[in-house]
Amino acid sequence: MCETRSLMTRLRGHILCGAAALALGTAFQPAFADDGHYGGTLKLLGVSSEGTLDPQINYTARYWPLFIWTHDGLMAFKKVNGPESAEVVPDLAEDMPVLSNDGKTYTFKLRQGIKFSNGKDLTVDDVVASFQRIFKISSPTSGSFYNGIVGADKCLAEAATCTLEGGIVADAATNTITINLVAPDAEFLYKLAVPHASIVPADTVMKDAGNEPIPGTGSYMFESYDPNASLIMVRNPHFQEWSKEAQPKGYVDRIEYTFGGTEEAAVNAILNGQADWMYEPVPTDRLAELSVSNPDQLRVSPLVAWWYAPMNVNIAPFNSLEARQALNYAVDRDALVSIFGGPALATPVCTILPPDMPGHVDRCDYTADPGELWSAPDMDKALALVEASGTKGQKVTVVTDDSVTSRGVGTYLQTVLSDLGYDATVQSISGDIQFTYIQNTNNNVQISVTQWYQDYPAPSNFLNVLFGCDSFTPGSDSSVNMSGICDKGLDDRMKAAMVLGSTDPEAALKEWGDIDYDMMKLAPAVPMFTPKDVDLISTRVGNYEFTSQFHWLVGTAWVQ
Amino acid sequence: MLIVVATLLAPVYAKHVAGTDPFRSGLSAKIKIDGKPTPVMQQSTEGLGLGVTPIGPTWGPQYMLGADGQGRDVAARMLYGGRNSLLIAGASTLICLFCAAIIGIAAGYSGGMVDGVLSNLIDMIWAFPVYLLAISLSIVMIGKSFALGPFEISSGSLIVPILIIGLVYVPYVARPIRGRVMAINQSEFVMAARGLGIRRWKILLRHILPNVSTTLIVFAPMLMALNIVTESSLSFLSVGVQPPNASWGTILQDGQTLLYSRPWVSLAPGLAIMVTVLLLNLFGDVLRDVLDPKSARGR
Repeated sequence: MCETRSLMTRLRGHILCGAAALALGTAFQPAFADDGHYGGTLKLLGVSSEGTLDPQINYTARYWPLFIWTHDGLMAFKKVNGPESAEVVPDLAEDMPVLSNDGKTYTFKLRQGIKFSNGKDLTVDDVVASFQRIFKISSPTSGSFYNGIVGADKCLAEAATCTLEGGIVADAATNTITINLVAPDAEFLYKLAVPHASIVPADTVMKDAGNEPIPGTGSYMFESYDPNASLIMVRNPHFQEWSKEAQPKGYVDRIEYTFGGTEEAAVNAILNGQADWMYEPVPTDRLAELSVSNPDQLRVSPLVAWWYAPMNVNIAPFNSLEARQALNYAVDRDALVSIFGGPALATPVCTILPPDMPGHVDRCDYTADPGELWSAPDMDKALALVEASGTKGQKVTVVTDDSVTSRGVGTYLQTVLSDLGYDATVQSISGDIQFTYIQNTNNNVQISVTQWYQDYPAPSNFLNVLFGCDSFTPGSDSSVNMSGICDKGLDDRMKAAMVLGSTDPEAALKEWGDIDYDMMKLAPAVPMFTPKDVDLISTRVGNYEFTSQFHWLVGTAWVQ
Repeated sequence: MLIVVATLLAPVYAKHVAGTDPFRSGLSAKIKIDGKPTPVMQQSTEGLGLGVTPIGPTWGPQYMLGADGQGRDVAARMLYGGRNSLLIAGASTLICLFCAAIIGIAAGYSGGMVDGVLSNLIDMIWAFPVYLLAISLSIVMIGKSFALGPFEISSGSLIVPILIIGLVYVPYVARPIRGRVMAINQSEFVMAARGLGIRRWKILLRHILPNVSTTLIVFAPMLMALNIVTESSLSFLSVGVQPPNASWGTILQDGQTLLYSRPWVSLAPGLAIMVTVLLLNLFGDVLRDVLDPKSARGR
């Protein structure tokens, strides 16, 4: 029952729930039930590595699921299977924070006796230095997640001299940390639970650590990292389990992540028992066969994500509302779902908030039969809108990355745009640069194909981040509002909803649902589908657990 | 010749035989097999029901070689793609031979500083691995439209791969042409012509060019074979022909992800490339034997 409540309710009720759970857990926990599963080596495969090993900088879905096992924040998302994993629990903090000053001040008591993997004790100074480090190294989310901390504005302006004065206050005597915010932020605890808020030793280098592992407090530590070959994780010798929910002791002794090869080779290696899991999606031409021959090795899990086509509202032809709406009416979401592997792997969507995101409401106007769900494209209406827009015949380039699915979606959109009367082409560029390329207004991207996965389970992480005025920075590679839309009315409503979330979460979620609907009236993007995650695992992997936040929990799996 | 004719007839095949548009996504398309409507993209219904597989070869008029991941007729795309592959290879061969002939003859015949500058330029381009140079140029040129004099070339235009492939092989032809010109320039009949006071440009036109032209003709089919492979490689790497256009290279790339379930999508363009290149090389050998009897006797 605890997991169904809102965040603020949970904050108040957590102590009671936690105490009850602790009592029950202690009373009924079978002694040494899973002891036989400890040990062994988990072998993971990936086509490539994905950048720095610095948890406060790396912003990739490949490494975040690893950082949660090597580093901790003050808070953590529960490392459990299913929807409960969206809850935040105290991690390095002893308990949930005490809120004061109208929700603008959070006071945490730091756990004692915790050591980093280099043997040093964790202190409140490490916490302060870690928050300063977020700004000093220009962490990708320093300006979006942590800009509400008092003093953050100065840190963002002058990173090198960042002190967060008045924002983070440590008291070594009471072992407490106080964080002061400029305004209440209902999502702040989520932001403390992502890897960018990892607590690292105070003497950590104040720049991107690159390939050098940074000591952490997690149950594992990085032993070695060669981006061209492998990443090895071993047990942290100084780790003592303090919270099974936040940082459980992992089952395997060693995790070997090998880079290189192809997806096909990875599938064969897993089927032959030479590897246990692959990061990349299973190639679509193997899925049908595997779902018959090896169904026990496939795990399909829902994701809080969407594939969408942002349309640049500032340049032709999509500076015309009718043109944007026309494409929304014309796109056959079922066809796009088939590119992704069929209805078992993706669901058509009409809204910005994915179905499993709080605040989502089933509503669809851009379909032949408007109602709750998408039914079929309405080509007649789309053609009429294009005619009314006066944009017919204009040149449109769809920019995709070079992955199979993205190119497939781009090719499909090119066909639809041609059917609507545009002179459409597809430009496929390397996945390494496509995401930043489509953000930069200097590249004059008209329409692109991209995806967004939740950072944390809050509607603002989709609506405000992807379509808020603050996310639009012309001429920058970090302008994630790729549509370039800035509707002052909706932007004010989003800001108000974020504040409302700290006092009346239910009303805030309802407002987010309405904002979603109103934003789609402006059609800044074509929502296409929400994908599902498919993992192929070896036969020896047991206790597979999946969270929508960090996907497969590698540490809770066993191999013997 | 048969391949060229077949590719020229691609629109006729696509429109009147296959009845499909090979450049449109056919994800929701259906065809009749044994009188029953069958979806082109077939949803798996067994096991966990994961995956959608395009229809395989029907060996009939529609979807003879099956469909690709977009539900498009592979056979029709093969013919259209072949036309583009041959067009790019042919045009780039002509560009390459033209540029190489001018540079090689100018360097070999003029000598001195002109030769020094041109030879160093050739060496500089030669220093780049050909594929690295081609990929680099492609990435720059396919990103945006650009102007070539009064003409604007769009990013997806076939002119882009034609120009790139045509230019990267210039040093490989210009260098032997230069050597050949230098050799001819020292031959007795040229010396005699020079001794008779015949003007330089007349010697060039009457004695040098006819002797070099046979070398260029022998180069042509072999260079075209090489250009087909280069175009396919660039398109396979997404830096050659851009969608919605097709070439054998792009079809090969489309088929890469269907290798396990629908191998014909890759096999068909692969075989087409292999056969065409083989025939062009054989043709080149025959041409060389005809135009250069000394070399034929020597073997």
